[in-house]
Amino acid sequence: MSIISTAGLARTFITKAGPVEAVRSIDMTVAAGEIVGLLGPNGAGKTTTLRMLTTLLAPTGGAATVAGCDLLADPAGVRKKCGYVAQSGGVDPHISVREELVTQGRLYRLGKAAAASRAAELAAGLGLSELLDRKTATLSGGQRRRLDIAMGLTHRPAVLFLDEPTTGLDPGSRTDLWELVRRLRDTYGTTVVLTTHYLDEADALADRLVVVDGGLVVAEGTPAALKTRYAGSPDASLQAAFLAITGRAPAPADAAPVAV
Amino acid sequence: MLLHDTALVFGRYARQTLRSKFQILFGILMPLLYLLFFGPLLTGLPLGSAGDSWQVLVPGLLLQLGLFGASFAGFAIIIDKSTGVVERMRVTPVSRLALLLGRVLRDALLFMFQAVLLVLAAVAMGLRAPLPGVLIGFAFVGLLTVSLASLSYALAMKVGTPQEFGPVINSLTMPSMLLSGLMLPMTLGPGWLDVLSHLTPFRYLVDAVRDAYVGSYATAHMLYGVLVSLGFAAVSVTVGTRVFRRAGA
Ligand SMILES: Nc1ncnc2c1ncn2[C@@H]1O[C@H](COP(=O)(O)OP(=O)(O)OP(=O)(O)O)[C@@H](O)[C@H]1O
Ligand SMILES: [Mg+2]
Repeated sequence: MSIISTAGLARTFITKAGPVEAVRSIDMTVAAGEIVGLLGPNGAGKTTTLRMLTTLLAPTGGAATVAGCDLLADPAGVRKKCGYVAQSGGVDPHISVREELVTQGRLYRLGKAAAASRAAELAAGLGLSELLDRKTATLSGGQRRRLDIAMGLTHRPAVLFLDEPTTGLDPGSRTDLWELVRRLRDTYGTTVVLTTHYLDEADALADRLVVVDGGLVVAEGTPAALKTRYAGSPDASLQAAFLAITGRAPAPADAAPVAV
Repeated sequence: MLLHDTALVFGRYARQTLRSKFQILFGILMPLLYLLFFGPLLTGLPLGSAGDSWQVLVPGLLLQLGLFGASFAGFAIIIDKSTGVVERMRVTPVSRLALLLGRVLRDALLFMFQAVLLVLAAVAMGLRAPLPGVLIGFAFVGLLTVSLASLSYALAMKVGTPQEFGPVINSLTMPSMLLSGLMLPMTLGPGWLDVLSHLTPFRYLVDAVRDAYVGSYATAHMLYGVLVSLGFAAVSVTVGTRVFRRAGA
């Protein structure tokens, strides 16, 4: 059964320089419990798609249902069931890690005690226990990213949207996050849609990949299927498949470096 | 739910204000300077309205405090937008109205605190006014703070940067202040200015609060003041909530 389905989902921004068709038309379905990687070059429309699916941004076309709720008719229902970690986070630099985590729990309508214990639990799960009383401004980039992720997990959402969750994480933290995502799926049946520019990550973590470019879905399938179809063999690199799909040929290995 | 959510958002921003004591005191500096350096000039002048000059000036200064304090409230949300806090909160099921109300109630409370300080200072300078009148004055300007702060947040959610926001707010607050007659009664001026001044909501508030300060509570000014402030608040809060519901960018 699909937990996310979109039909012709589109968003055009009106800017002073003219309209920008950030997302032209996205049709995709995600099954409950699936881990889906949303891939695409910079500016492809990944973040815009996630912002629409999480009710932050009104679509200018198309329709979608998320976790059984119609995106347009019942945005409040969608909000209760989905969690979102934005590409650039969302914590106040002058507030402590603990206060942010507790407030987030309270915003998701947990009682005071429940919010406090959930905060401690999340901090432990993401290696932030020692940092609870620090202002978020004093965290390192990777520590702050882990806090952003903890914030998104607060209410054990049925559907979790992660926008480049591992950007800025060290290799150890990155594989820890992969483990966490798999554990969420295995324990709670959480559906995860994540974007990433790390193709090894997409390959290792995602059940299925959706590649967007120019605001359209240009390919989709399991990592193995994409590699077979676009790079000739399931043992090829996902990188080769990605470059073939998006029409950006890999630079020849012996090309002279360009000075800028 | 609305109450719970509003209390939550209010608490967060109230704690933020308490952390910046500077902001609390700075807001009151301008009206206090007017009180000290401008108030004494008015004492012997014929101001063409009931009561002595303090009863004319202090309602004006209260309005000034509310007008400038609340109009610039939006700056805070521009910062919250850039850190991603606004979107993080908008993704939660928290009521959209609460996202606005929690903030504006904090602003209203901050205003009340500053207003009490201002009136106490004015009493020390020589203001004599009936207590019910003073309380009515707080209510009027408190409600005005709610309205203006709502509009300020709505505008701030729409514009991108503080560099755009500041000039817009300045160009709106300065004429509003001059036209409201908060410094000197508008009745002193020519007819066209008086008419122009009645096109802003602030004029009705100033007139109503001045009546309250001389103890006349059952007047036409008072009635218009109540109607205009309630209407203005209803419109402003609706506009503000809409913007939180569907933020453009
Ligand atoms: N608020 C906005 N106003 C105008 N244009 C926008 C806005 N947000 C995004 N865009 C444009 O829409 C397009 C898609 O942006 P989006 O952020 O969705 O890309 P992305 O796939 O997430 O890219 P990246 O990998 O760099 O994060 C880009 O061309 C971007 O410039
Ligand atoms: Mg992005």
